[in-house]
Amino acid sequence: MKTKLTILFLVTVASVVLAAPQSFDFKDPKGINNAGFKLDAPLEAINGSASGVSGVVTFDPGDPGATKGKIIVATGSLMLSNPMQRTHMLSDKWLDATRFPEISFESKAFKNVQTAGDTTTADVTGTFTLKGVSKELTVPVKLTYLKDKLGDRLPNQKGDLLVIRANFIIKRSDFNINPGQFEDKVADTIELNLSIAGASPK
Amino acid sequence: MFVRSELSDWSKPMKKTLRLIAAILVVGAITFWAAAGANHGWTKTHIPKKIVDETTGLEGVQWQDKFVPGVDFLAVAGLGAGILAGISMFFRTKSK
Repeated sequence: MKTKLTILFLVTVASVVLAAPQSFDFKDPKGINNAGFKLDAPLEAINGSASGVSGVVTFDPGDPGATKGKIIVATGSLMLSNPMQRTHMLSDKWLDATRFPEISFESKAFKNVQTAGDTTTADVTGTFTLKGVSKELTVPVKLTYLKDKLGDRLPNQKGDLLVIRANFIIKRSDFNINPGQFEDKVADTIELNLSIAGASPK
Repeated sequence: MFVRSELSDWSKPMKKTLRLIAAILVVGAITFWAAAGANHGWTKTHIPKKIVDETTGLEGVQWQDKFVPGVDFLAVAGLGAGILAGISMFFRTKSK
């Protein structure tokens, strides 16, 4: 009886330890993490990306639905091919990067969580903040947990990786970015995509 | 009479030179634009290059410095040529 209780206790402790939430840092020394954006415009679509991604997400492989965290994109890291367009985009008339240096998404709840192997899909509800305006959004995400793969990405390091992919749409008018203006030149609808990997060193 | 003669001496070559420069500007701009890929969008000074991280499968973007002339480049060249051609109209040549 004592042996059985001991075994049960050890199994319980092991399951708690093994399934403990891990903290993943999304600051990428390789510079691959990026957030892409696309808007329609008369001559050609405006396609850009931002590499200044950071943030921390807590993920439990045993309970992906309990994932919480915040991803931040530095406004000044947004890049476009045309320098004048980029200058306008970051100016006080559009994103006002000086006053609002961060764009962020902070998760509150995960719903419709489905896990198959290392991959989890879910609808994440959270607060999206752009140009100082915060709105609650629900965004479909795909999380891929790569156990012990940190060393493959960054030599001499041991740990796990968490890859987050998300695609969603916002309207600039919802975030006070020239609402109702210049829609013949710059579309109101913005497609966003996130392709990022976070590291949890051991 | 002496002054008018002097003026007409350099007026014709000046007119021709300005129009020649305007023509070279337009032809040169079109040639450069076509050779650089005939970009029908805006002029670019950076182009995105995709990089793939083999471990995660993520596609990252690296921005490379590269000048790719667009339709605005042609418009500026055309405007410049137009201005030069317009200035050339002020040089009157006396027809004999």
